[in-house]
Amino acid sequence: MAGLSFDLIALQLFAGLALGAIYVLFAIGLSLIFGMLTVVNFAHGAFYMVGAYVGLYLISIGGNFWLCLLAVPLLIGLFGLAVERVLIRPLYGRGIDYPLLLTFGLSYVMVECVRIAFGKTGYPFDTPELLQGAVNIGVGYFPLYRLFVIGATAVVLLALWLFLEKTSFGLIIRAGARDPQIVRVLGVDVSRVWLIVFGIGTAIAGFAGLLAAPLQGVIPEMGGTILAEAFVVTVVGGMGSIGGAVLAGLLVGVVVSMTSLFAPEMAKVSIFALMAIVLIVRPQGFFGRAGLMS
Amino acid sequence: MTKKVTKAGSISRRRLLTTASAGAVLAVSPFRINLLQAQEAPIKIGFPVPLTGPYGAEAQDQVRAGQLAVAQFNDAGGLNGRKAELVVRDDKLNPGEAATRTLELVEKEKVNFVVGSLSAAVQLAINNVTKERGVIFNSISQSDAINEAADFSKYTFHEALNPHMTSGAVGRYAFTKFGKKVAFLTADYAYGHEMVRGFLEVGKEFNIENLGDIRHPLGTTDFSTLLPRLQALKPDILCISNFGRDQQIALKQATDFGIKKSIQIIAPLLSHASRVAAGPQAFEGVVGGCSFFWGIEDKFASTKAFNDAFRKMYDGKLPTDYGALGYGGVRTVLEAVRGAGSVETDKVVAALEALKYDYYKGPQYYRKCDHQSVQSVLVIKSKSKDMKNESDVFEVLSTEEPNEKNLRTCDALGHKS
Repeated sequence: MAGLSFDLIALQLFAGLALGAIYVLFAIGLSLIFGMLTVVNFAHGAFYMVGAYVGLYLISIGGNFWLCLLAVPLLIGLFGLAVERVLIRPLYGRGIDYPLLLTFGLSYVMVECVRIAFGKTGYPFDTPELLQGAVNIGVGYFPLYRLFVIGATAVVLLALWLFLEKTSFGLIIRAGARDPQIVRVLGVDVSRVWLIVFGIGTAIAGFAGLLAAPLQGVIPEMGGTILAEAFVVTVVGGMGSIGGAVLAGLLVGVVVSMTSLFAPEMAKVSIFALMAIVLIVRPQGFFGRAGLMS
Repeated sequence: MTKKVTKAGSISRRRLLTTASAGAVLAVSPFRINLLQAQEAPIKIGFPVPLTGPYGAEAQDQVRAGQLAVAQFNDAGGLNGRKAELVVRDDKLNPGEAATRTLELVEKEKVNFVVGSLSAAVQLAINNVTKERGVIFNSISQSDAINEAADFSKYTFHEALNPHMTSGAVGRYAFTKFGKKVAFLTADYAYGHEMVRGFLEVGKEFNIENLGDIRHPLGTTDFSTLLPRLQALKPDILCISNFGRDQQIALKQATDFGIKKSIQIIAPLLSHASRVAAGPQAFEGVVGGCSFFWGIEDKFASTKAFNDAFRKMYDGKLPTDYGALGYGGVRTVLEAVRGAGSVETDKVVAALEALKYDYYKGPQYYRKCDHQSVQSVLVIKSKSKDMKNESDVFEVLSTEEPNEKNLRTCDALGHKS
C-alpha cells in the first residue's frame, strides 16, 4: 500500500472523532439512565431505531429534516415516559436484572412491531440537501453531514450539562442518583424525577437514530450493532458517568479509525481489546463509581 | 384441594397450547384443503434463504419468484395432477442455522429437493447436508467453491452466476474503459475473496495495477474510517465487492465522501433490491454485473413472459435479479421433474443435465462436469435520471453471451474427465 502522509493520518484521526461523536450521542442516553436509575436499558437500540423510523415517517408525510430534529426527540421522549411509567416503574427495587430482562424483551417487541408496520427491508434516507457533499477541512475532503453530526452532538452535550449542573431540577436529579432515600425524606417525588430522566435518555436515543439515518439508511435491526458498541463505551467510560461516556466514545472512535488504517481486519476486534485492557487496569472504567452494579 | 387445582390448571394450559398451535399450523398452511383431499403428498421444495439480516431485501424477492414458478407448475397440472409446494425457511445468513434448517427440511418436512441460499458461505453449508443425504440442491447464489470437485456432488446444481464469470465480465468491461490502477474494498468472506481473485485474474490480461485491498467484516455499518485511505491511494477504479446492506451503506458513504468525483466505482454485482432500498443517489454512476435485469424483455420472449407473469401475481411489480434466480432455480427443477416423469433423484439429475432451457433470460444449460449453469452476464450501470418506472434502475451497457470459455475449466476445478 502507498505510504502514509501526514494529511492521511490527520484525516483518519478526524474520521475517528466524527465516528466517536456518534458513539457518544448514543451512549450518553444509556449512561444517563444507568447512572441515575441503575436501569441497564437494553431497549436503547430499539428507541434509536424507532427514532429513525419516526423521522422517515414524518418526512414521508411532508415534514422536513429540520423539523424532525425537534419532533423526533419529543415523540420518542414521550414514548420513553410511557414505557417508564407502565413497564419499568413496577420493577424498581427488585434488583438490576429485572429491568434488564424487561428492556431486552421490549427491544424484540419494538423491532418486530416496526417490521410489521414498515416491512423487513430497509429504506433510503436522503441526506438533507443543505448538508450534502464533502468539504475541504484542510487535510482532505470530509462529508459535510458528518461535521453537522459532530456539532449536533456538542449541542446536546452542552444542553445536558447545563441542565444537570445549572438548574435546580438538575440538582435534584443528581441528588436523587446519590441517595434517593434522603431526597424522598426531603419531600421530593423521586419517581417523577426518574420518569423524566428516562424520558430524556430515550429522547437522546431517538435523536441519535435520526442523525444516523442519513449515514446508513434505516432498517429494523439498526439498533443492534450500535448497542454492543455503546455498551463498550459505557463500560470503558465508567458505568453511569456521562463525562466518561464522552471521553470513551471519542477514544473508541479514534481507536477504530487508527486500527482501520493499519489493520482494517482488526478494527472490530480493537473495540473489545480496548475494553479488556481498560477493565484489567481500571475495572470501574475511567470515571465510574465502584459498587454501582451491586 | 390445592393440589387438584394446580393439576387441573396445568392440564388446561397444555390443552390450550396444543389446540392453539394445531390451529395455527392449519391456518398458516395454504394446503389445508389439499391435506384432506389429496391422494398423493405434494412435491416439496425446501427453500432456505436469509429473510432476516443484511440480505433480507434480496431474499424476499427470491421467495416471491420461487412461488411464481410453483404456481405455474401447479396451474399446468403439476406432475400428473401432483402439485408442488415451496417450504420456505429463514437461514438468517448463518451457516449453522442454514445447516440445521436444511436438515430439518430433509428429515422432518421430507422435501424432495432443496433450492435456495443467498451467500457464498452459507450455500456450502446447505450443500454439505444435501450432498450427504443425496438430495438435489440447486443453489441460487454466487460461489466459486461450489463448482470445485471438493464441494461438488452429482446432486449439486448452480443456477446462479459464479464470481469468476461475474468479475470476469465486469473486469473485461471496466479495465478497458476506466483505467488500470485499481483499489479494492472487500467484504471479508468467501464472496468477497472469490470476487477479488476473479478481478485480479482477468486483470492480468489488461496489466492492471493492484493498489491494495481493504477488507471489512460482513454487516459493517460505517465505512468512514476506511474511505480516506482508499481515496489516498488515488486509484482510477475503486472496486467494492460486497453485497446487500453492506453494498448500500458503502456506496452511500463513498458518495458522501466525494469519491465519485475522481474515481469510477465498480462492483462485481449490483443488486436490484439494494439499489431500490438505497435510492438513486448512492448508486449513481456505479458500474457492475448482474445475472438478470427485467429490461432485457425487448430481447428475449422468455423474459417478457416471466415479467408479465410476475407482474400479474404481484400487483404490477417487476422481478429483480435475485428474484429471477429464485424463479430459475425452482423452475428448472420442476421442469426436470416433469421431463423425468418422476421425483426420483437420479432421474431428475439426468433430466437436469439434459436441459437446454430458456425460462427467463435467454439460453442456458448446466455444464456436465460441475453443473454450473452456462449463461449470459450483463454489465449494467445504475441510473438516476429518465427512469420510466420504479424498477427502471439500470442501463445495460454490454452483455457477455453464454460461453464455457468464461468459466474455469473442468480440469482446473479438479473434475476428472
